[in-house]
Amino acid sequence: MKKRAKTLPGVTRRQVLTWTTLGVAATVTQAADAVSLKGTPGWTPFSDNPPESFDQQGWLFFTPEEAQTLEAIVDRLIPADELSIGGKEAGCAVFIDRQLHGFYGTFERLYMQGPFHQGTPQQGDQSPLIPQQRYRQGIAALNRYVQQSAQKNFADLQPEQQDHLLQAMEAGKVHFDGYDAQSLFNDVLTNTMEGFFADPIYGGNKDMVSWKMLGFPGARYDYRDYIDRHNENLGLEPISMMQWKARG
Amino acid sequence: MKKLPKTDVVVIGLGWAGSIIAKELADEGLEVIGIERGPWRDTARDFNVATVTDELRYVMREELMLRTRQNTCTMRNNPSQTALPMRTWGSFHPGNGTGGAGNHWAGITFRFQPEEFRLKSHLTERYGANAIPDELVLQDWGTTWEEMEPHYMQFERVAGTSGYAANLNGEKRAGGNPFEGMRSGDYPTPPLRQPYGPTLFAEAAKNMGYQPFPVPSSLVSEAYTNPYGVTMGPCTFCGFCTNYGCANYSKASAITTVLPALMRKENFTAYTNCEVLEVLTDSSGKKATGVTYIDSSGDKWEQPADLVIVAAFTFENVRLMLLSKIGEAYDPVTNRGTTGRNYAYQTANGVTLFFDNKNFNPFIGAGAVGMGIDEFNNDNFDHSGLGFLGGGSIRVTPIGSAPIGYRPVPPNTPKWGSQWKRAVKDNYLSTMSIGCEASSYTTRTNYLSLDPNYSDPHGRPLLRITFDFAENDLKMAQYCTGKVAEIAQSMNPRQIVAKPMSGHWNSVPYQSSHVVGGFIMGADPSTSSVNKHLQVWDVPNLFVVGASAFPQNPGYNPTGTVGALAFKAAHAIRHYYLKRPGEMITA
Repeated sequence: MKKRAKTLPGVTRRQVLTWTTLGVAATVTQAADAVSLKGTPGWTPFSDNPPESFDQQGWLFFTPEEAQTLEAIVDRLIPADELSIGGKEAGCAVFIDRQLHGFYGTFERLYMQGPFHQGTPQQGDQSPLIPQQRYRQGIAALNRYVQQSAQKNFADLQPEQQDHLLQAMEAGKVHFDGYDAQSLFNDVLTNTMEGFFADPIYGGNKDMVSWKMLGFPGARYDYRDYIDRHNENLGLEPISMMQWKARG
Repeated sequence: MKKLPKTDVVVIGLGWAGSIIAKELADEGLEVIGIERGPWRDTARDFNVATVTDELRYVMREELMLRTRQNTCTMRNNPSQTALPMRTWGSFHPGNGTGGAGNHWAGITFRFQPEEFRLKSHLTERYGANAIPDELVLQDWGTTWEEMEPHYMQFERVAGTSGYAANLNGEKRAGGNPFEGMRSGDYPTPPLRQPYGPTLFAEAAKNMGYQPFPVPSSLVSEAYTNPYGVTMGPCTFCGFCTNYGCANYSKASAITTVLPALMRKENFTAYTNCEVLEVLTDSSGKKATGVTYIDSSGDKWEQPADLVIVAAFTFENVRLMLLSKIGEAYDPVTNRGTTGRNYAYQTANGVTLFFDNKNFNPFIGAGAVGMGIDEFNNDNFDHSGLGFLGGGSIRVTPIGSAPIGYRPVPPNTPKWGSQWKRAVKDNYLSTMSIGCEASSYTTRTNYLSLDPNYSDPHGRPLLRITFDFAENDLKMAQYCTGKVAEIAQSMNPRQIVAKPMSGHWNSVPYQSSHVVGGFIMGADPSTSSVNKHLQVWDVPNLFVVGASAFPQNPGYNPTGTVGALAFKAAHAIRHYYLKRPGEMITA
């Protein structure tokens, strides 16, 4: 083997940077160029790798009827009370709509190759359906069920009736035609909680309502002045990524 | 397939192990090419302070993890079941991109104890061969503490590890971990300051006669410049640590401590978004000739090399060896073959303490800030008559409390509605937990193999995990969690909830990414895959480095040992192999 021990000059001198693009996008939706890197790759000040979020108005995935049903559900999961506004006003349904419109909605990052088998509980979710299909089929099955028993949609039931049905779905005590009621409940509960507690940039947690409720200060990034203040209410107002963004 | 010009060294994977070896061999003057399956990661852009505090993206949607669409594992609890793919990561988190899983790790940096490297011998000497439960297949590592220690030192110096030495060149000092092996040097940076939860725990443990110590942490406690000339900034206890990249250059990773220096070497090149398909050998099977890889446009390349270093995550190290037919695949029925044997995991236990009048400000935290005790870890206590071996590291490490994932409430609280909301608010600030990360000892039927039913996008079989907790480990979990609960009781909370590991291994909830074994090191080629230099038996120009080399798993985090093994392999190559290429049996 040959011996050669040269070190390229440090940051004070112009650095050698060679980016050889070997290929194009790996998938249609996400570019992942193979590159050959030599020298220290440069970066542009204030360039960042932003989160996926959508600024458009209106529903991006749900039909008006689906949206109405979902808003009714999230308002029961997170009811308005003395602690906070409700799930609907907090934007949980909008959050789920944006998630379904984005990469999560199609499970584009997940292994979705068959064969699909039910498996043991230890083997996890083995459904062949992607979230977009789960919501579309699940909400339709829920409304069909309510139509058959009460001749109205879920959103038109009384809050107590809605709670009762949601509890039955959660416990696996009610069966819809064409979709598993418990599975729908679990997906909606998980995504609603994500929306209520995630950074507001994703459409939920309006005005950081959940963070204020808990006392979670959000995207603050430095507690060196606070770490030694034990067992104290620090009274920190939360900060969101949006605010970091606004600071520039 | 196009054949590229030959290089001296090709390194597969640019996480901790691959980056360290690439740097050491580039320093030796060799032409080194590193091939990384994922993207290039850069702190300033990818972990920008304005976008990194994003629990949805980094925890729920697993931004830094390998996409399971690219590659996943199948799992089953025992050989009679049909394994199914893990479609989303749960139990553990393989990383993606430069830095690998070392970008999203917690930073906890233990050294294993001297007796762990000769575990079977040690336990036999202390308790007799009959005391080792029949289900366990324990092995020695084929190396010693004296051989490992200098390389632990090297890793800690590169990572800037903070901590307090209890055994410095034989001098015993109060305040550190009294069970650590003799150190030849102090930790590079002093211990981190502690939040309230760990402080309260340490007081309680001390009152019970235990010896608490600050958890050794590769989140540096002060500005630090490592031997490669790379500078890190002090940890700010931001609470976005485990699962996240660090915006402060505080959490040591290959991208903050090695790659900035490595990339300046003219004799190093990194290929990113390129996936290695196979390690090539010549017709004799005793010489590696290079690798084939596929780039993101689907073009295949052959990269010939004199030395091949496989340094990917545990799973991919083993899968690549199986796909490349290196070594004999392990068969649990005949107990023959070594590739895939001695897969082990870890036993996660915990006790949650609900208080009424305390405020832990749980958002102040970091992956590796905390206090621990080791009285019930490994063989630090007398196991005579207990009916099990092993133990766990007991500690309070508040990693941060972003609320999608952190919403502690007492058992039987509803999961939604006003009553749920009240419980979440009442318990968020006033709850703490004590963890016990415990050992996992290998059994004959816990192993890794190629899956017969599921394949990756290139048509190659996925890796199949067959694993369940050994009875030994479940008994140990009960005992050790009971000890944790005693400490918790002495702290007088309103309510204690103890959760020892029980039942079958479940791939859904997160436990730890400490998956080990499958291509283990040892002194005997019939029961190990690599020798003490991480050199593959019978293929002397091939090295496989990582936690895949651990013959079983102690109650400690693996990264410090992975780093030490990387330096150990690099040292052997630099000082012995290059002078006389061939099998290093006696070196």
